[in-house]
Amino acid sequence: MTALVPLPVLLPLLGAGAALMLSKRPRAQRAITVGVLAAIVVIAALLLVAADQDGPQVVWLGQWKPIGIALVADRLAALMLLVSAIVTLAVLLYSIGQGMTGDESETPVSIYHPTFMVLVAGVSNAFLAGDLFNLFVSFEMLLFSSYVLLTLGGTAARIRAGTIYVVVNVLSSMLFLAALAAVYAAVGTLNLAQIAQRVDDLPDHVALTLQLLLLVTFCIKAAVFPLSLWLPDSYPTAPAPVTAVFAGLLTKVGVYAIIRLQTLLFPGSPLTDLLLWAALLTMLVGILGAIAQSDIKRMLSFTLVSHIGYMIFGVALATTTGLSGAIFYVAHHITIQTALFLVLGLIERRAGSTALLRLGGLARFAPVLGVLFFVPAMNLAGIPPLSGFLGKVGLLQAGLAQGSWLALVLVAGGTLTSLLTLYAVAKTWALAFWRSPEQAHEMMKLLPGTGDSHTEEDAATPQLVRHRGHVHVGSVAFGERDLAEAKRVADADEPDRDLYQRVMDGSLPERLPLSMVGPAAALVLVSVVITFVAGPLFGFTDRAAEDLQERTPYFSSVLGEDTP
Amino acid sequence: MQVNLTLLVVVAALMGAGVYLLLERSLTRVLVGLVLISNGVNVMFLVASGRAGTSPIVGSSDPEGMADPLPQALVLTAIVITLGTVAFLLAMAHRSWQLNGNDDVQDDVEDSAIRKLAIDDATSDSYDLSTKGQHEDDPVEEGA
Repeated sequence: MTALVPLPVLLPLLGAGAALMLSKRPRAQRAITVGVLAAIVVIAALLLVAADQDGPQVVWLGQWKPIGIALVADRLAALMLLVSAIVTLAVLLYSIGQGMTGDESETPVSIYHPTFMVLVAGVSNAFLAGDLFNLFVSFEMLLFSSYVLLTLGGTAARIRAGTIYVVVNVLSSMLFLAALAAVYAAVGTLNLAQIAQRVDDLPDHVALTLQLLLLVTFCIKAAVFPLSLWLPDSYPTAPAPVTAVFAGLLTKVGVYAIIRLQTLLFPGSPLTDLLLWAALLTMLVGILGAIAQSDIKRMLSFTLVSHIGYMIFGVALATTTGLSGAIFYVAHHITIQTALFLVLGLIERRAGSTALLRLGGLARFAPVLGVLFFVPAMNLAGIPPLSGFLGKVGLLQAGLAQGSWLALVLVAGGTLTSLLTLYAVAKTWALAFWRSPEQAHEMMKLLPGTGDSHTEEDAATPQLVRHRGHVHVGSVAFGERDLAEAKRVADADEPDRDLYQRVMDGSLPERLPLSMVGPAAALVLVSVVITFVAGPLFGFTDRAAEDLQERTPYFSSVLGEDTP
Repeated sequence: MQVNLTLLVVVAALMGAGVYLLLERSLTRVLVGLVLISNGVNVMFLVASGRAGTSPIVGSSDPEGMADPLPQALVLTAIVITLGTVAFLLAMAHRSWQLNGNDDVQDDVEDSAIRKLAIDDATSDSYDLSTKGQHEDDPVEEGA
């Protein structure tokens, strides 16, 4: 079984090369990339079974046993691999359905497929890395492909978003490198297992400095408040499938690195209070940001930041149940968040916009789309009996079991965040799907400075009342921010064409391509399946968390039986 | 472990200059800042590898006197990665210049929308401090 371990990294890299060579023959290119990802799903599933039954699977590349690079697939890594493989396969199929490679007339070479493959290789390598420098290299691989994917086509908006994203991430990479130099100077190795064994001999303040350096690096990648501010500015501008895979995977790689750091390298110094505060602020600030958004993409980006807080909460507790809850939540959240962004791409395709002011009555025009959005959205909010509910209950129970006052505050904060998430997605649901398109159209017309209405008419409209900084249209109150958004949306390329007018014009695409709906639906289905297998999955994450806490399975399989 | 003071000073100088440049608005300066920081980090690896020694080839000299080859291999990888990043950022700066006529790092549209609101809103004077220093040609002024 150990022969399978390097394949999730090697196959996509070879696939990237093949895809680049076959850029003139799109059919062959698609066949290869889909085949590679399907193979990785199978390999990851086999590794999961092997890691669960026989312990961590280890490969020393080039057989340089103590000084070379180790790839380790333990329970945690195998689970992450499997989930990420399923998600990336769905996203690839979706982007093929969307015609990313055909539509991008701005890009001279068909670079989407090769870049996507390198991204997959980077993500797999990050999960398998048993060596800090290898982890750095895999971060660079996935970041580099993410730079390319984010700025695909080089439009003004994407360059603007890309600048912030690239600079922040390059800076965090530099911080990571500096941390690596410090670690190497302190312990003389970069192998995770060896560092873990030697770190006990270090003076406390040196160990704490190393831990903090690495923690800050990973917190930037994982978008933990206050290091999360780059995320909502950069993710929403990318093409829908790209945003989906970023939102699902990239931040989770950071969370995974934090889990490894806290459990394997520095188990004696959990920094519980610091991380719990970070988790609380990530949850609350993130979700408050989400509520304030008037664009679904940005709203979801903020909920993404917010829900990272749950995972950090579980890790910060430093108990087996907390870790188990965090791992479960990561697996659940990867599928949910990706599914939501894929569905959002469908909404954008169907209605021409994701701005809430422009949408309305989608439930009538696209009932299937409504179901596809509703299920993962409710799952995100944690409505029982879906997996989001189970994951949150697991985390909250772990918090109660730990019992310190800060953990109890976190339990309260987590519950509140869950309710606010429900509010945010319910608002989206009510505005975009439930209200009638005529209502949305009327509302849009009534808003001052938008559509075909003018300020004189506004003053004459009897329903329009300004009160306490809000504009009341009928029974609905709009903040000043919504007005500005309405103005901005109206000033965009198509001045006064909201969904209603598109329906009247008949310019609404009649049907969404099945090749896009299919993968999105499949991913929604996977997220529902997680609910049904939650029992066994929690059993698995419990065992993974026990492994992480004990550390001996990792040491003995990486360094051999003779080591302590 | 012996530490070379000269190298440490070089690291500090490179990092300091890099961070200073990073705080600029122009992407080219940011890029130069990143290059300086990355060089600082690379020199840091040399500090981390301990004292200098003979070339690490078995048989050519006493193993005790050899330099540690691993950090240099790591630095080599880091240099290659930085080179790629610099190339990509240069391309982005060029594209930004093509699109906007400058390579300034721009404000996010949503952020500037919020700022616009604050500018328009007479009752909110909490923003006056931060908007006074704005240039005439600031993209925010043109309205988002």
